[in-house]
Amino acid sequence: MKLSLAPIPYLWPRDDVLAFYRAVADWPVDVVYLGETVCPKRRVLQGRDWLAIADRLADAGKEVVLSTLTLVEAESELISLRRMADNGRCMVEANDGSALALLAGKNGFVIGAHINVYNAHSLAVLARMGARRWVVPGELPAATLRQILAERPRGLETEVLVAGRVPLAFSARCFTARAHDRGKDECGIVCERYPDGLRLRTQEAQDFLTLNGVQIQSAGAANLAGALPEMRALGIDVVRVVPLIEGTEEVTRTLRAAIDDVVDAATAERALSAVLPAPACNGYWQGEAGMAWREAEGM
Amino acid sequence: MKQAIELVCPAGAMPALRAAVDHGADAVYVGLRGPTNARNFPGLNFDAHTLPAAIDYAHRRGTRLFVALNTYPSPEQWTACTAVIDAAAACAADALIVADMGLMGYACERHPDLPLHLSVQGSATSYEALNFYHEHFGIRRAVLPRVLSLAQVRHVIEQARPEIEVFGFGSLCVMVEGRCTLSSWATGQSPNSCGVCSPAHAVRWEEGADGRRARLNGVLIDRFGAADKAGYPVVCKGRYEVNGQTIYALEEPTSLSTLDILPELLNTGVRALKVEGRQRSPAYVAQVTRVLRAALDALHADPQRFAVRPEWSRELGRVAEGQTHTLGALHRSWQ
Repeated sequence: MKLSLAPIPYLWPRDDVLAFYRAVADWPVDVVYLGETVCPKRRVLQGRDWLAIADRLADAGKEVVLSTLTLVEAESELISLRRMADNGRCMVEANDGSALALLAGKNGFVIGAHINVYNAHSLAVLARMGARRWVVPGELPAATLRQILAERPRGLETEVLVAGRVPLAFSARCFTARAHDRGKDECGIVCERYPDGLRLRTQEAQDFLTLNGVQIQSAGAANLAGALPEMRALGIDVVRVVPLIEGTEEVTRTLRAAIDDVVDAATAERALSAVLPAPACNGYWQGEAGMAWREAEGM
Repeated sequence: MKQAIELVCPAGAMPALRAAVDHGADAVYVGLRGPTNARNFPGLNFDAHTLPAAIDYAHRRGTRLFVALNTYPSPEQWTACTAVIDAAAACAADALIVADMGLMGYACERHPDLPLHLSVQGSATSYEALNFYHEHFGIRRAVLPRVLSLAQVRHVIEQARPEIEVFGFGSLCVMVEGRCTLSSWATGQSPNSCGVCSPAHAVRWEEGADGRRARLNGVLIDRFGAADKAGYPVVCKGRYEVNGQTIYALEEPTSLSTLDILPELLNTGVRALKVEGRQRSPAYVAQVTRVLRAALDALHADPQRFAVRPEWSRELGRVAEGQTHTLGALHRSWQ
């Protein structure tokens, strides 16, 4: 089982991104997804910057995948997409239909979690177009995944998000700008003030969601370390960590230890809960409300 | 002369279908009962037995009928969904509105003569995405998510091979359709997986000294004072605390109305205008269909001199959610 690192979902200062990936070179992750997937107005790194990071990570033995924007609206975004699809070095993770259009028939691509694949028939269609891996949509329960995997196309890898905030929605509207009473077109890139996202609480002070520009995430983080044995039995090939401003290295080391059977799943789950933002959740995996939490059995 | 804009109206059941047809819809869209469409409310929707009568009623009056199948079926829902496709083909429905690529593949293979429309749940927001669905599945028409500006819609239409349908009136989804799981985050059920958003069984109203509280699976979505109009608790329309302020952090309860920009929509080459609301009453369908029929007829008769008549705005205002009108994303300036 491989361990992967999702793209950084937030807007971090350029130097912080560069430092983060310098460190990642030494972390026990096998696959690193790179790129800006949330907002095209975030331009602290250009295409060539990402490719330079990709080269350094590849030299460190990582498989590097370039991830595409999730909501594609403008011609300029299509131009970037075409450049990415033709990069010639790294596999690309498609996060919308525009990317699928540019990657179908090319030499292998990853079906991102925002491409809606809920059954083996859709998976087969995309496998025929050249998909090599699919990232399971966040809300799919283990029971459904089991049924899909029973008919999964040969050679297609499966990846599941196991740690980090869960992406829940995308909009044409920027919620961070809205919280500052600004329109999206006059946002002033205010999301750079929130490298860990902006918390949204109910009127009863329950941590509920995270605003991240045009994206909405969970407030707390998914923690599926307790399900690692089940995932292994299901034939999951890659487990994914979503970067956080703090603690990402510890999360990857804990998961590596659990994958390598150095620690048991329940211990890993407890260790992750101590590091990840609360409240922990694993409801989607259990077939319940995504925000729900059930501790690993035997604890 | 640009091609006329077709009026596409919703029908949750036979009375609404009759209302839409009788008041001048060019096409009506319906769902079949079960978790196979994005308006899976109790008491709504046709089935394989009532669909032929619906199609017959529509066709006799020159109205087309589209069958909406816009959820993403899990393996256990697969057979129910292919049965809907088979039924739509058997009854000679005028189009199948579909989002799932597996189902598109099934329809192409089994029923090559059944025209396919890409559902708004398909989240196609660029001409590349639209042409992808056209090339691989023969998609003839696509419903655009409610996220693009008018300039963006124009750009898409210039380059896209499928014809374009846009939402013209109804509740406003602030998220990209097909890319929102806020409902399942709170309740376990979403439009993509179950055809529902904020299912009624998860809603709880509490009366207290400080007013009414609306909960969704326990989560406080909003509270209302005596003077407030209490809206149905959908996650995106709640009031929350962000940076110490209690605000509509995601979306204020408003409706989309494109009445004011119909000439621009005609000019951009929009082929069809969709009315949201298969869950709404026959009276709503009749009212909205009547107004939009009159508006489109006036538009097509003389696009240059088109002007919104006050009674149209008044009538639509009466049935709009949140009683406000907005153009949604359509009025955003380029990028």
